[in-house]
Amino acid sequence: MKSITRQKSLEQIERGLSDWARVFIVGCGTCTTATMTGGLEQVLEMKEQLEKMDKWVSGWTVIPVACDEMTAVSIEEHGRAIADAGCVLAMTCALGVHRLNQYLERPVVPALDTLFIGVEETPGCFREVCGQCGECVLGETAGICPVVTCHKGLVNGPCGGTNRGKCEVDKERDCAWSLIYARLKAQGRLQAMRNYQPPRNHHRMPRPRVTRLV
Amino acid sequence: MASRFRQALNSSEFVVTSEIAPPKGINLETMTHHVDLLKDRVHGLNVTDHQSSVMRYPSLGGCLLIKERGGEPILQMTCRDRNRLALEADLLFAASRGIQNVLCLTGDAVPVGDHKEAAGVFDLDSVQLLKAIRELEAGRDLGGNTLDGDVEFCAGAIVTPEADPLEPQLIKFEKKVEAGAEFFQTQAIYDLDNFASFMEFARQYPVKILAGIVLLSSAKMAQYMNNNVPGIFVPQALIDELAAAVAAPDAPKGAGLAKGIEIAGRMIREIRENRLCDGVHIMAIGREEVVPDILAAAGMADWQPTGRIV
Repeated sequence: MKSITRQKSLEQIERGLSDWARVFIVGCGTCTTATMTGGLEQVLEMKEQLEKMDKWVSGWTVIPVACDEMTAVSIEEHGRAIADAGCVLAMTCALGVHRLNQYLERPVVPALDTLFIGVEETPGCFREVCGQCGECVLGETAGICPVVTCHKGLVNGPCGGTNRGKCEVDKERDCAWSLIYARLKAQGRLQAMRNYQPPRNHHRMPRPRVTRLV
Repeated sequence: MASRFRQALNSSEFVVTSEIAPPKGINLETMTHHVDLLKDRVHGLNVTDHQSSVMRYPSLGGCLLIKERGGEPILQMTCRDRNRLALEADLLFAASRGIQNVLCLTGDAVPVGDHKEAAGVFDLDSVQLLKAIRELEAGRDLGGNTLDGDVEFCAGAIVTPEADPLEPQLIKFEKKVEAGAEFFQTQAIYDLDNFASFMEFARQYPVKILAGIVLLSSAKMAQYMNNNVPGIFVPQALIDELAAAVAAPDAPKGAGLAKGIEIAGRMIREIRENRLCDGVHIMAIGREEVVPDILAAAGMADWQPTGRIV
């Protein structure tokens, strides 16, 4: 499981940094390293890009897991260089941005857009298989989530836009309901597709979502 | 009271409906012209709801116009742009203005239209929308609260008899019937043998089926639909027929369209004479003015929709 990110355009990044001349860059050794959006190599490339924008890079680091509490320690180690910078450019996912904001007084500017939580299906190919909606229907859909796999998130079967097993939005993309149908049929459980699914409760756990173990 | 369209569906008569598309903007001249031209020639007129996800004058507005001109509107309602509160409210508004026929659709995907960055809502799907309509008729909204004043709808949905694979669509058809659909308009059909086998399946259910007739205007259009429109299959013989019509050295301008009108008329005649289903829904897509010509080509030039109850 990885937090999947994509780098913002350099124009967007430059706009985000427009208030500051000096920048400290933070990458992450976990997800953004795996997706090659915030690993060591990308952090060094970003340093070069920022210098082309006439920014002064006071320092950089790749935190092992930017979203966990050890980030506080990494920040402390680089306290001096961070203090020399006007802001921190985060090449982490949004969870890392959140964590950095907890420990830093300096503004944190994201260099990446966080897209989804995905699993690596084949090397380098990440897929969203769960949208963490709080109302799991996987038991009736042969383990394929229609909420995130169907473009429209339909829970009662395919729309009329499905064509030869593909989605109307993109001929290369599989229609979720064709996949669900094929697998249910193979399992001899087509009956599950006939079950009426009521409108989803979008507030099973209202936002902001928090759970406490004790 | 049952709508005129529902009375027609429940009569012995062959039902004919058509559809009009609202304009981009508030110049209603063309739409009004189409309404006036067609309102007395068909049992009901669909008004599309931001068809192909292209923002237009609203379906409800078009239905009100039909009502004002003395026609029988069928409100197309997609789940793409409104959550359940907005859908229910629009249904109440429709009912209060005598718009009682509703066609429930999922709606095309947002990215195929002209507002590509908009949110696709799909809070309800077409099956849930049908159920919601029956709930409103029972006097309750989806929040479980009592409504002041009774509403009554003639609710329908669509089905794609040429879909591949077909079985998932048939399962959804059954779910729509169970949810309360009383009529179905089909996606365009061109192969009447295939359609007849679909009808064998559909006849098991207590619903009325209107065969979708989409006007072909050229061989190129037919090819395009085969390649790009899900669930539409134009047989090669028809494509050849359209191509031959314009290939003749003395072919007049508009020969392709004339052939398309002839083909549509021929299909309607065959469906009607053999009573393959309960009626047809004619989609002339941008050429609404030729719908009377299609009816004439079907041998229905003097035919009048009445909708007598048997």
